[in-house]
Amino acid sequence: MTALRQIAFYGKGGIGKSTTSQNTLAALVELDQRILIVGCDPKADSTRLILNAKAQDTVLHMAAEMGSVEDLEVEDVLRTGYKGIRCVESGGPEPGVGCAGRGVITAINFLEENGAYDDVDYVSYDVLGDVVCGGFAMPIRENKAQEIYIVMSGEMMALYAANNISKGILKYATSGSVRLGGLICNERQTDREIDLSEALAAKLGTKLIHFVPRDNVVQRAELRRMTVLQYAPDSQQADEYRALATKIHENSGKGVIPTPISMDELEEMLLEFGLMQSEEDRLKAIAEAEAKVAA
Amino acid sequence: MPQQADKVLDHSQLFQEPDYREMLDNKRVRFECGHPDTMVQEIADWTKSWDYREKNLAREALTVNPAKACQPLGAVFAAAGYAGTLSFVHGSQGCVSYYRSHLSRHFKEPASAVSSSMTEDAAVFGGLNNLVDGLANAHALYQPEMIAVSTTCMAEVIGDDLTSFIQQAKSKGSVPEDFAVPYAHTPAFVGSHVDGYDNMQRGILEHFWAGAERVPDERLNIVPGFDGYAVANNRELKRLLGLMGIEATILSDVSDVYDTPSDGTFRMFAGGTTQDEVMAALNAKATLSLQHYCSRKTLEYCTSVGQETASLHYPLGIGGTDELLMTLQDLTGRPIPESLRLERGRLVDALADSQAYLHGKTYAIYGDPDFVYAMARFVMETGGEPRHLLATNGSKAWAKKLQALLDASPFGKDAQVWAGKDLWALRSILATEPVHLLIGNSHGKYLEQDLGVPLIRLTFPIFDRHHHHRFPTLGYQGGLQVLVRILDTIFDQLDRKAQADPLAAVSFDLTR
Repeated sequence: MTALRQIAFYGKGGIGKSTTSQNTLAALVELDQRILIVGCDPKADSTRLILNAKAQDTVLHMAAEMGSVEDLEVEDVLRTGYKGIRCVESGGPEPGVGCAGRGVITAINFLEENGAYDDVDYVSYDVLGDVVCGGFAMPIRENKAQEIYIVMSGEMMALYAANNISKGILKYATSGSVRLGGLICNERQTDREIDLSEALAAKLGTKLIHFVPRDNVVQRAELRRMTVLQYAPDSQQADEYRALATKIHENSGKGVIPTPISMDELEEMLLEFGLMQSEEDRLKAIAEAEAKVAA
Repeated sequence: MPQQADKVLDHSQLFQEPDYREMLDNKRVRFECGHPDTMVQEIADWTKSWDYREKNLAREALTVNPAKACQPLGAVFAAAGYAGTLSFVHGSQGCVSYYRSHLSRHFKEPASAVSSSMTEDAAVFGGLNNLVDGLANAHALYQPEMIAVSTTCMAEVIGDDLTSFIQQAKSKGSVPEDFAVPYAHTPAFVGSHVDGYDNMQRGILEHFWAGAERVPDERLNIVPGFDGYAVANNRELKRLLGLMGIEATILSDVSDVYDTPSDGTFRMFAGGTTQDEVMAALNAKATLSLQHYCSRKTLEYCTSVGQETASLHYPLGIGGTDELLMTLQDLTGRPIPESLRLERGRLVDALADSQAYLHGKTYAIYGDPDFVYAMARFVMETGGEPRHLLATNGSKAWAKKLQALLDASPFGKDAQVWAGKDLWALRSILATEPVHLLIGNSHGKYLEQDLGVPLIRLTFPIFDRHHHHRFPTLGYQGGLQVLVRILDTIFDQLDRKAQADPLAAVSFDLTR
């Protein structure tokens, strides 16, 4: 057995982390890899495409029901889905109450201590949003994920989030083994998206590992609670995910310590790509607009 | 004023003086506005009924008087047993005061520990700066040989990562790079002090053993577990090991730490397992834990480095000590000497001498899982009948294991095991199904007050009696101590009853 490989997907909310990660892992399973997905999102929707259903039995839900995590068994929360992929959802509180970050810590500790990581080749974490608290940083803490993949797009806030996540990785990379594996661009069809993604990757010291083109088949599969690999295995899009899976598989140990940039640098980069107006251009445009109104 | 500078009264007398009486009565009538005494009595009586008991035992959302403490207390205790070690608890100050006072009140010795004094800003931005500054200050002020870091709830909820923080603190020069800073995450809202003890033990072993090469030798490691009697018990253990000629390292030995002499020198650090001993302990043939539930993760780690492991449930009494000695014999090949066989015989003899008073006595026992197991076993050896066995930090697996022990003896047939229940539940249980004797810690005194069941203090914490921890409970000698404590309580009770009632005065016997 080869050493356990742990990876994590981070990215701005709504960017398509869960969709991309599940499709990619469904492709990875074709490379004879035994996979465990750990959903680190209180919404518990990181595994629905693999399970073809939303996981109801999250670690924290079950723990709350039984009174404590100590009474919980791995079998209570582990579900097996598409081609034997094992799935666990950490779960967490309803919006507005409690601490979801602590929930992630509790769930991951529970899984590790109870042998959920035995007999798998890959553990993949799907983590909600930016790294804003210690709990959501759990997968990048020592001895957890070796590589982080940031799902992003050409939108400014996605770029901003990618940069922010890199800051989180940097914080832990200097004292641990976590590395940035690369950026995955989930196409949004914004202007010069691929160039911009590559430029950001270069600034962060990493690479754009794959550009996932937009295809409505993803949406159609998702509505049926399936990955594209399951719904349309012969489609062009399925091959895209296969390509991404292969790249990730071959990327082992090639992660880097990211070099996040400042907010100013990020905005400058957007200026360079003509996606954002400079202050002068902006004032000029306002003046023109006002002149038009006056005339 | 009733209090005079030249004759200072203790509060037990002072508050009975007329001035205080009047003041307290006044306060009750004018400000407390409580319910009438008859009603208070009525409710108090109802809380001792089966009706209330059923409600009480069905209680889910509230815990009242849990018989357990939180993880960092165990971590601080475990760390204290290592030479020159200062406990550093990453979190807020109040928590650490609690660990210090809890240990001090029990051992009647200073208990040193520092905190990283996290406040609101640390809760928002993470406690890295507190840890960096705290380590530097603790190192400079107290010059320890090692700083053992554990965590409170606050640091755990915000997810502070000790691995990374300690490395960063070292790279910022808080302590030298090669200075030992082992650590353990000890969220107080998970498990109890026995788990904190386990986590810290493992953290310390991992710190010294990781990456080192193991060259197996014939030595033995012993993990005593969280034990309020550790001062005397560790010394007794060393005596037993000496008699058997076994070379062993006690991993975390607090016997001298919590028993420093008064000779004019304050010893902030005294005794304890040295770093050289911990490093050498990697090579040991086997690691034996005296308390299974205090060492599950530690033993798992010992197994992973290639050591044999074994665990007991607090070797107290005849069966418990037999098991300890035979395990030691199995692990080391050293025979059990005749002198110990004689000690065993003496304990059996003592039990037989007092049989008339011990037989058929019923007991409620509470405390940590291993202690309750051991005590139930010993009680059955005396001819007593354990009826209620409660461990707030006991798991279902513990309950099952204990049930098997009870099932194996006719003295255990009426016993009920209460895993996870608190002392308020025990109050209902004892009010409805009374027993002759209660074995526990100082917190049991309210049950004694309320229900009249005599309390025998035999486990941590003992705040209201002094120096019990200076006498062992472990081994055959310890068994004698425990036996005497039980018998003294039984005899005191007999005398008290004989004094209380003129008709019973005929039983106020000189000889029993």
